[in-house]
Amino acid sequence: MQDINIKITDRNGVTHNVVAPTDMAMNLMEVVRSYELAEEGTIGICGGMAMCASCQCYVKSNHELPEISDDEDAMLAEAFHVEDNSRLGCQIQMTPEINGLEVELAPES
Amino acid sequence: MITTDILIIGAGPTGLFTVFEAGLLKLKCHLIDALPQPGGQCSEIYPKKPIYDIPGFPEILAGDLTKNLLEQSKQFEPGFTLGERAETIEKLGDGTFIVMTNKGTKHHAKIVAIAGGLGSFEPRKPLIPTILDFEDKGVEYIIKEPELYRNKKVVISGGGDSALDWAIFLSNVASEVTLIHRRNEFRGALDSVEKVQELKNLGKINLITPAEVKGILGTDKVTGVAVQKKGEDAFIIDADHFIPLFGLSPKLGPIGNWGLEIEKNAIKVNNSLDYQTNIPGIYAIGDVNTYPGKLKLILCGFHEATLMCQSAYKRIFPNKKYVMKYTTVGGVDGFDGTRKEAPKAVVKAIQ
Repeated sequence: MQDINIKITDRNGVTHNVVAPTDMAMNLMEVVRSYELAEEGTIGICGGMAMCASCQCYVKSNHELPEISDDEDAMLAEAFHVEDNSRLGCQIQMTPEINGLEVELAPES
Repeated sequence: MITTDILIIGAGPTGLFTVFEAGLLKLKCHLIDALPQPGGQCSEIYPKKPIYDIPGFPEILAGDLTKNLLEQSKQFEPGFTLGERAETIEKLGDGTFIVMTNKGTKHHAKIVAIAGGLGSFEPRKPLIPTILDFEDKGVEYIIKEPELYRNKKVVISGGGDSALDWAIFLSNVASEVTLIHRRNEFRGALDSVEKVQELKNLGKINLITPAEVKGILGTDKVTGVAVQKKGEDAFIIDADHFIPLFGLSPKLGPIGNWGLEIEKNAIKVNNSLDYQTNIPGIYAIGDVNTYPGKLKLILCGFHEATLMCQSAYKRIFPNKKYVMKYTTVGGVDGFDGTRKEAPKAVVKAIQ
């Protein structure tokens, strides 16, 4: 099973190169938590149901990501600090296709 | 002053189950929660979502779990202080505690069990620079008293159920209701979306989408808001009230200043024994605590609540002999006089 490399810029502007497994059904929010790149309790509050936007991030690379679901879209419509490249980390699954993905965590709100 | 044996801060699943375990030990509980209803995240964030890891329930909706927990502990007659946030704590000379809420309600308890989850739910405030200056001066994040809006001009922003529902409700109360949302689409119950459409067609709700409130006007109170449609110049709408409804997010809040040892936004407890904090008599159970290997799972909260109640009992009655009893053997004696017990088998000779 293949691990992939992800570049994550945390809320303090520090960039981390992390390795994420693709065989553990992990999403980006969980990867951030597993590396403790955001303070516990400030990310993944709803647990990954696209219901809180605490895992919002900006996608910096040109990877083709899975389409935004209605739930994610509606949540982003109510979140703050939203940009055109905003996504919810909990909706981005770790797959071989997104090897090299670069993201930045949105501010806490 | 409300008096009780165990004061539970947080009426989520862990807090509600504590009532049951305490009740078996004949200890009375009172719960404080910032939300207006019990259930915590299970009722506030995901009542309609299924949970698959509650032992004995292959699948249960979070809302139903809340209902069941309330049913399970109802014979122990818990008290509730809802819609108020625990603000301060004072330890008295006799080792008991006084906890006061943000509304000044005082609670006196022998034991304090913090079952606060990720913290108390606070409204999410939109990023408008001067918004804090207008709080309670025309800006409200939660509608507590609908009559406040009678014959007033009201601007609501948000795209979820609460924005839709309050726009509908206030269209019959306020003189003018404007609903502003960043998108044309709303996320809510189909009924609510259709009702808003109907009220819009009747001219009873002024709908502005896709747009955002960018500023608030007024000197000592709100007189209007600046609204901007995407890619256009901002314009002003006269308003007496601006009600941003963007949901709630949990914050540890005042509990963080109670002198408890905090790590990773959670309260450190002794998990080798009884989930007590660094302050004797104050326990922390469920998602709010942390210890090596901690998992934020409802089922772990139940376990922690159970051990914590045994320890609380020993603290309240240090010299009383007691051993844990199985409910199947001992039954459940409610404080309301009810009794549940296993049916007795018949001993009778067969001829």
